[in-house]
Amino acid sequence: MLTSIMEQLINGLRTGSIYALIALGYTMVYGIAKMINFAHGDIIMVGAYTLYIGIALLHLPVLPAMLLTAVVCSVLGMLIEKIAYKPLRKAPPLAVLITAIGMSYFLQSVALLIFSSTPIPFKSVIEVEGIQVGTVNISGITIVTLAVTTVIMVGLTLFINRTKAGSAMRAVSEDRGAAELMGINVNRTISMTFAIGSALAAVAGILYICQYQSLRPTLGALPGIKAFVAAVLGGIGSVPGAMLGGIMLGLIESLSKAYISTELADAIVFGVLVVVLLVRPSGLLGKKKLVKV
Amino acid sequence: MKKTSNRQVWFNIAVIAAAYVLVTILLKGNLLNRQYTSLLVPIAVNIMLAVSLNLVTGFLGELTLGHAGFMSIGAYTGALISLNLGKTEVLPAPAAFALALLCGGLMAAVFGFLIGVPVLRLRGDYLAIVTLAFGEIIKSVINSMEITNGARGLSKIPLYSNYTNYTVVFFLMVLTVLAVTNLMKSRDGRAIMAIRDNDIAAESIGIKISHFKVKAFVIAAFFAGVAGVIYAHNVGLLKPGTFDYNKSIEILVIVVLGGMGSIRGSIIAAIILTVLPELLRGTDNLRMLLYAIVLIAMMIFNNSKIKEGLMMNRTFRKLGRKEA
Amino acid sequence: MALLEVKNLGISFGGLKAVDEFNITIEEGQLYGLIGPNGAGKTTVFNLLTGVYRPTLGTITLDGKNLVGKGPAEICKCGVARTFQNIRLFGKMTVLDNVKTALHNQVKYSEAVCFFHGPVYKKKEQEMTDMAMDVLKVFGLDGYGETLASNLPYGQQRKLEIARALATNPKLLLLDEPAAGMNPNETAELMDTIRLIREKYHITILLIEHDMKLVAGICEYLTVLNFGTELASGTPAEVLNDPKVITAYLGE
Repeated sequence: MLTSIMEQLINGLRTGSIYALIALGYTMVYGIAKMINFAHGDIIMVGAYTLYIGIALLHLPVLPAMLLTAVVCSVLGMLIEKIAYKPLRKAPPLAVLITAIGMSYFLQSVALLIFSSTPIPFKSVIEVEGIQVGTVNISGITIVTLAVTTVIMVGLTLFINRTKAGSAMRAVSEDRGAAELMGINVNRTISMTFAIGSALAAVAGILYICQYQSLRPTLGALPGIKAFVAAVLGGIGSVPGAMLGGIMLGLIESLSKAYISTELADAIVFGVLVVVLLVRPSGLLGKKKLVKV
Repeated sequence: MKKTSNRQVWFNIAVIAAAYVLVTILLKGNLLNRQYTSLLVPIAVNIMLAVSLNLVTGFLGELTLGHAGFMSIGAYTGALISLNLGKTEVLPAPAAFALALLCGGLMAAVFGFLIGVPVLRLRGDYLAIVTLAFGEIIKSVINSMEITNGARGLSKIPLYSNYTNYTVVFFLMVLTVLAVTNLMKSRDGRAIMAIRDNDIAAESIGIKISHFKVKAFVIAAFFAGVAGVIYAHNVGLLKPGTFDYNKSIEILVIVVLGGMGSIRGSIIAAIILTVLPELLRGTDNLRMLLYAIVLIAMMIFNNSKIKEGLMMNRTFRKLGRKEA
Repeated sequence: MALLEVKNLGISFGGLKAVDEFNITIEEGQLYGLIGPNGAGKTTVFNLLTGVYRPTLGTITLDGKNLVGKGPAEICKCGVARTFQNIRLFGKMTVLDNVKTALHNQVKYSEAVCFFHGPVYKKKEQEMTDMAMDVLKVFGLDGYGETLASNLPYGQQRKLEIARALATNPKLLLLDEPAAGMNPNETAELMDTIRLIREKYHITILLIEHDMKLVAGICEYLTVLNFGTELASGTPAEVLNDPKVITAYLGE
């Protein structure tokens, strides 16, 4: 019994770390551009397909293929912002939201046209031996996922708090107009945010695909939405909140799948979102905003 | 003032009558092949869905991504009534269908209320995402329930509303469109639009925001539910997967293409976007791409300098005013 | 009895006391001015009076009825209407519909009529249109009935906002910098209109202004607000000669 609970917790931690990586992208973009980038989940899908192209079609070694994935996703993220979101900076939020949904749909349908809806099997590129702690088995991919996520989170926190580019990001998210007046290049900061967020999504995509080993054009949608739930849970706009929310969501999901019902696990996850938003609309670590009249 | 509104009424009646006569001639004269005949009811269903979504998204100004959820509640409720009462001949077919329509709409409205009340505290992005979540919750609950037959779905639903009964379907569609059009020209409709344009000002002149937001949600859910009942009794089988996020987006695309807050636009766009995929048959994947491009292009165009330029132009301004 | 009595009103945002120990008594029919330097808390007072913010302290009574704890919509029903510093019109609705929306609680009909129209609808809507046109006429906006509110020129948008507030049939009308952004001619004209509506509709007006000269010309009584507290109150002549007021405006 204890072993099974431990295993579920570790599973949850692994899925949760992936959610946290994706949630970071949502939260950073929301902080800077004040919009929900609906297409963020589909960047994961693009990342997964890029890795597949790199490894299976171009026969690249693992590391260059991963690098290619990160670069492609970053460039794509920046392009999406430039083409679709930048013209709408002054538009009503509803218009931006609909555009983002359109962008998500666009990426999915392009993938559908190129790769068709038949799932493509994909063998994990992460070949690390699992370990045995007492009676609990920890798979190699879990170890890698946890290690990679920890490194990224520490790195990102340092980047945001200790570097000049990071403080520019914080400034733009606080007050775009004032940041511009202080000589910060707002366009470049926004581009950079999209690039970093998309690179994180690429990493998440690699880890996700090595876990599930099957490619579909819609594979990014569900983890995307769940990561969004995680970002909201933690308080959107808050970086530590995204990490906390991701891990919590992973644990909730894994435990409800194991002990309540597989079919209802998604419903439970979304139920958590609804409850959190109703009880604490700004999330666990989010700041409350006052509307000025 | 009065004269123009009377003329408008007669014009609308003439258009409705002409549309009905056209459909009758097309059907009775066997001028349509089977493929197009089978599109008549889906067009009506999509018009009803788009007009009702327009009420929330175009007139109230809140994006909901769970409209397909309301549709599925209506569809399942209606189908279960017909299967248990109509098919077993407890009730004659017309009575069973009427009951199915009413209960389907009401059940969806109840859910609209249940969802509307809590999400009142949210707006914009959050509201959109919560409605999306609700849509998915409804889907997975239907998927895991016994009465709805889970993932296998319901089948052999009596075809009360297929093209042979197009008069009923046409009547229901006209009723929906008129109800929403009339509503928007009334006291309640003005309150709803006022909330969209400026909620703080609306409150300051004595409009209870929560009341009208919930009302808009409930009315929209009701009509989506009725549309769902018609859908169920046209195709004869239901699967929970039909009513997913993609269906909600499809309805949203219709509303956006037709113009948010324009009922006439919603109707025209619903017809185009139901017939077009049929014309481009076999290119289902292209259809999704087309939807995506429509969404993005419409939004960028609506907020661009090109549109501003057109609006400055006199003739276009006149057109714009008529639309409003 | 005074129409509006505010006692010890206070609100703080995260420790900052935006308004503190604010008192005001307005008699029926008065034209009262609330003035003060930028950031003195004038608009915050309006937001407290109209229920946008909930006061942390103090009482607000209108005609003997307590207003604290009521929401903006309810307070409007009690007879307080307002305009906003940054104009808040229903931009995508016509000028006429803007005013008709404000008649929401005065001319009513049932939901069934909303959906199906019919003779009741015609009669009530005509009644609303007539009432709205009457108000628009006062502001010289009756020729713009079918124009979208957002297409009106700036000065007329300000007027429409006042017209809309008036249409709610208030006892007390709060005007937040009604002359902001207007040229001297437009301002003078607006002040005439404000006097006129007070006579015509028998209402009490509380107005915020920045420009002391302007307020002195029209208001019978003034309260000066500085750093969220009352600095001085009295007739314009008394207040404008008060050394404390001069210091607050011009500095030491």
